[in-house]
Amino acid sequence: MATATDTVTSPATAPARRRLADRDGLLAWGFLLPSIVYIAALVGVPFVLAIAFAFSDVTAGDPSYDFVGFRNFERVFHDPVFWRALGNTFVFTLISMVLIVVLGKVLANILIADFRGKWLVRFLVLLAWTTPVALSSISWLWLLDSIYSPIDWMLRQFGALGPAENMYWLGQPGLSMASVIVVHVWRLTPLAAVIMMAGLMAIPKDIDEAARVDGAGYWRRMFEITIPLVLPVAAVAALFGAIFTFTDMAVVRVLTRGGPNDATQVLASWAFYRGIDGGDVAQGAVIALFLFPLLLAAAVLILRAVRRIEVR
Amino acid sequence: MTTAEEAGRLRQRYARRHVLARVGLYLTAIVAALICAAPFLWSLITAFKQNRDLYNPQNNPFVFNRPPTSDHVGYLFTDTEFLTFVANTLLVGVLVVLITLALGLPAAYALARLDRPWSGPMAIGIFLVYLVPPSLLFLALSRIVVAVGLQDSTWSLVLIYPTITIPVSVWLLMGFLKNIPKDIEEQAMVDGYSRVGAFVRAVLPLAYPGIIAVVVFAFTLTASEFIYALAFVAPTDQMSVSIGVPTQLVRGDVFFWQSLQGATVLVAVPIALVFTWFLDRFVAGFTMGAVKE
Repeated sequence: MATATDTVTSPATAPARRRLADRDGLLAWGFLLPSIVYIAALVGVPFVLAIAFAFSDVTAGDPSYDFVGFRNFERVFHDPVFWRALGNTFVFTLISMVLIVVLGKVLANILIADFRGKWLVRFLVLLAWTTPVALSSISWLWLLDSIYSPIDWMLRQFGALGPAENMYWLGQPGLSMASVIVVHVWRLTPLAAVIMMAGLMAIPKDIDEAARVDGAGYWRRMFEITIPLVLPVAAVAALFGAIFTFTDMAVVRVLTRGGPNDATQVLASWAFYRGIDGGDVAQGAVIALFLFPLLLAAAVLILRAVRRIEVR
Repeated sequence: MTTAEEAGRLRQRYARRHVLARVGLYLTAIVAALICAAPFLWSLITAFKQNRDLYNPQNNPFVFNRPPTSDHVGYLFTDTEFLTFVANTLLVGVLVVLITLALGLPAAYALARLDRPWSGPMAIGIFLVYLVPPSLLFLALSRIVVAVGLQDSTWSLVLIYPTITIPVSVWLLMGFLKNIPKDIEEQAMVDGYSRVGAFVRAVLPLAYPGIIAVVVFAFTLTASEFIYALAFVAPTDQMSVSIGVPTQLVRGDVFFWQSLQGATVLVAVPIALVFTWFLDRFVAGFTMGAVKE
């Protein structure tokens, strides 16, 4: 059968195939080019521009470009708020990342499981992530209100707070940082769960069953099969979480605007405050640029993790 | 001990363990769902509270201490531009999704199917673009937006948002396209279609589930984007929901709490419903993009 069709079709299609193959190369470029041009124009150019701004004296009021060397960097380095924001960014990212991965794994197991009312649980879990962050953060703003906070009300009922006492969740440095982290973790955990869910579903079921048949116990399977297989996916989820956390300012902006006394200021919010609110584009660019080396490191790590998934 | 007894005992033990596992699963699922949705459940109650009920620290925040009122939710529709914000968000979302598909589908097809030696690195390169965050680009982009004359207009968001959605969509679509058997377009080409014809007539209809997943994901991303919307658009009537609601319902120190909470619930529920509906499809796309090579 195969030989019969071969002899029939090959003389006619061989030249046509070659012509198609020749055109495939052009076609591939034609198909890709619009996306590449678009991304180059609106990601590549602004990226170069951001670097150029860092060495300039551009402000919102005076957009003319003058090269000023490292003066902006010096000004930023002499600003204690910058160092504070840098430190906060690391604290914010590290704590959030650990929590997001651990809770994301728990959530992923729930989302993947089969039970009655599954869609309702999924819906309630996904709400936190799919809702525009500005709006969900505002819901939290009420929960953390200085006087009417429902959380304070509960604490008062349990006797943890006196009758007219309040926690001032967003008014004290340590507590406000903790609040920002909790809200951020709450928002990103469903995304991490969805990523890990994808990874869990990609693990072939028969590996676990084969190990079970071979008599491997729960813990042995956990440590020798489940964890090594889940690790790359967990790493991807963690790095996604890290990147989104490291560069995020939405929660900070809505909840505290960086306060009290810049206690919750992170690099992104400080860059926004300086660059857009304050109109000092050059300084904002310097601050934002500090995000880049760390992003690069995270991207390399993601790629290595993805490669490990592919090898498997 | 006979083997039958042993088997029976084992079966019993497994049955008991099974019941325990089910109970544990339901409990953790309910607790997780409640924790995740707690702020929204609260919003739902708060949105219908009277001022005298809400602004009394002694009142139980879980229940209506006075009869519920729909005044504040109504205020959203009669006295604010909430509907304009919703319309802007929908407009931006739909246009961005269309641009994303128009550019992303061919790109994904080129990377998934037209075997070029550079398609692997290029795919990774496009994916990495997704990791370049708005917080790094917004200052430069705001100058570009001014340069092309779109400052203070919703259209600036239509122009910029595809930079976020295209990379991730190409990644997802590649996964779906790779899963379509090659025979299909080969057959179409044997039948006389060109490569492009085969792509449009034979492949695209089969990629329909993937396209839906990308539409949902891209729309969710644009609806919740924050930094660009905050940096580019100042006039109220041009704002999207995520910036418009907080700006118009927070005036100085005065928060229109019930209306804010009402708006949150009104926006949150439809998006989450659609996303839940397509979750399985979305997860499948994510896996295919990462694993199938």
